[in-house]
Amino acid sequence: MITLKPKEQPEVPLEVENVTPDAFAGKTVDEIKALPIWHGNGTVPLSDFFEVEGEAGATAAETQIIIDGDVPQTKRIGSGMTAGEITVKGNVSMYVGVGMKGGKITVEGNAKSWAGQDMSGGELTIMGNTGDYVGSSYRGDWRGMSGGLITVYGDAGNEAAEYMNGGKIVIKGDVSIMPGIHMNNGLLIIEGNVIARTGGEMAGGTIVVKGVIDEFLAGFKYHGVEKDIEVDGETIPGAFYKFTGDYAIKGANGTVYAAVAGNSHIAP
Amino acid sequence: MELVKNVVCPFCGTLCDDIICKVENDEIVGTINACRIGHSKFVHAEGAMRWKKPQIRDENGELVETTYDDAIEKAAQVLAASKRPLMYGWSCTECEAQAVGVDLAEQTKAIVDNTASVCHGPSVLALQDVGYPICTFGEVKNRADVVVYWGCNPMHAHPRHLSRHVFARGFFRERGRSDRTLIVVDPRESDSSKLADIHLQVGYNQDYELLDAMRAAMMGHEILYDEVAGIPREEIMEAVEALKNAQFGILFFGMGITHSRGKHRNIDTAIMMVQDLNNFAKFTLIPMRGHYNVTGFNQVATWESGYPYCIDFATGIPRYNPGETGANDVLQNKETDAMMVIASDPGAHFPQKSLRRMAEIPVIAIEPHRTPTTELADIILPPAIVGMETDGTAYRMEGVPIRMRKVVDSDLLSDREILQRLLKRVMEIKTASK
Repeated sequence: MITLKPKEQPEVPLEVENVTPDAFAGKTVDEIKALPIWHGNGTVPLSDFFEVEGEAGATAAETQIIIDGDVPQTKRIGSGMTAGEITVKGNVSMYVGVGMKGGKITVEGNAKSWAGQDMSGGELTIMGNTGDYVGSSYRGDWRGMSGGLITVYGDAGNEAAEYMNGGKIVIKGDVSIMPGIHMNNGLLIIEGNVIARTGGEMAGGTIVVKGVIDEFLAGFKYHGVEKDIEVDGETIPGAFYKFTGDYAIKGANGTVYAAVAGNSHIAP
Repeated sequence: MELVKNVVCPFCGTLCDDIICKVENDEIVGTINACRIGHSKFVHAEGAMRWKKPQIRDENGELVETTYDDAIEKAAQVLAASKRPLMYGWSCTECEAQAVGVDLAEQTKAIVDNTASVCHGPSVLALQDVGYPICTFGEVKNRADVVVYWGCNPMHAHPRHLSRHVFARGFFRERGRSDRTLIVVDPRESDSSKLADIHLQVGYNQDYELLDAMRAAMMGHEILYDEVAGIPREEIMEAVEALKNAQFGILFFGMGITHSRGKHRNIDTAIMMVQDLNNFAKFTLIPMRGHYNVTGFNQVATWESGYPYCIDFATGIPRYNPGETGANDVLQNKETDAMMVIASDPGAHFPQKSLRRMAEIPVIAIEPHRTPTTELADIILPPAIVGMETDGTAYRMEGVPIRMRKVVDSDLLSDREILQRLLKRVMEIKTASK
């Protein structure tokens, strides 16, 4: 297990693509200390901003990293990791778990935007809130998250699960607008409320909203009420309005379930 | 008095190229054909103050006149020392200067962004997602029989736009305005909506909802609700029919849709609607770009780096992510530690939180006039104004390059020369420190 104790975080942010079990595995503490990280437009050794202690495992899967404190100016923690575990005991900046392929990341605070962008496997858990584009695609790409599980215990911003292609996202809190925009496949479960545009231009996949949807799109078709729905092999108890769409696009085949409780205003 | 003909107006993205300037004693004293906004740019609005010499702010916060050499030296030192410099603006200068600017950004490993990020940036994002069925103004004038203005008020922002492309007679539209159906989508009554045949008074922030319903209706589906975005189903169907029956349709769209709720997703679905409309009619779109060469910067940056704006050269490889590497993002997140502003006025248009950061860090302004930005600047480098005192290339809003003319002389350096000298000096400092 390797413990990184953050020193003072700079105003110009850090980018730590090297803070992954894959990069740490098989290295001594001194080698880890010397790993380059980006600070603005230059690189510095990891030890400039973190105290490094402990021992890395022989492989990524045997390596556990604990970031022991707040790192609100540190981007790209766990970028592209394939195995092992990272625990952050505080807040993180953007792109936590970007391109993650396996392993496990737990953030015990808030994460800024693009958490789990382009994720294809593994497990990302955010205990606090997250910003926009959780589980999204790279800018301009039409193939987003393809696998893995993202769980957000707090709220999320706009465009959660943008262009999602597979995997599962669970948001326990509220989301802002456009969850599941352009979604192609996969499952998005929102336990809180949504402001508007659930599943805008979705071509496939399933969105389940257990809270209240303030405004709903007119491009969907209404199919009545279903009880104890079965999605992705699990049964979600409760009564839900079922909509399919978004028929604004050709060949749309997406499904939105909205809890009957609180959502009677969106059923036509 | 001398009359200089065929001058291109350096104000808005319409780039009117039929202006006549009245010149007396090497000064423009009047114009013919220009709109009021263009006219006031040519003759300098009353009260406007030009910087005649470079300025450096001293330790008491007072601006002191200096030479180009001293100001460029100090600016180069600031850029070379910065860990995350931001270069913002670029929209009121010519493409050759912009090309030098992108080079300077690459050499200083800076973030380079233009005014699109607070303007039509969402349109650029959307067209990367879904494409860009565009045409030129000539086609609009000669062919368009259905003209849609969505979220814009050209009568005020692009005053000659309607007269040049809608009211004008074209090859296939011999009667001009009466041969065309004009549709305006705007939550408010505006001077443009008063001229419209159909005015869809969409609810605030509900453009996406309306477009979604229109697209579903166009594909032959029933609209789920009786009223969408404050507009009854029948009225939406009527507008959809008008669009589908066009011989040549054009959608002009502006800030009202790019910066209402959802931003680039509004444009994304609007572009998709235009693509779908081509199943029934010939339909195209043109964004109503503001600054006269904002399109030019997107073109130059794309051919230089692969990305149109919000480009981050920090790691030596261009990276792009509006929302992270936009000028307002790096200012509000306090990521940037030095800023160079050129050919724009963020001091007047950025949110307070961004200005607060601008006040904390060194700011270099390449700016001809006294503006709110120069009030925040530590170094001011005044350039000759493109299209009046120096020439250069600009891109019209739909992507047609037009050569800007020089009308009068100036003893100030051009943007391009200032940037070239700055680049040379930065390279010398960087090489010496290696």
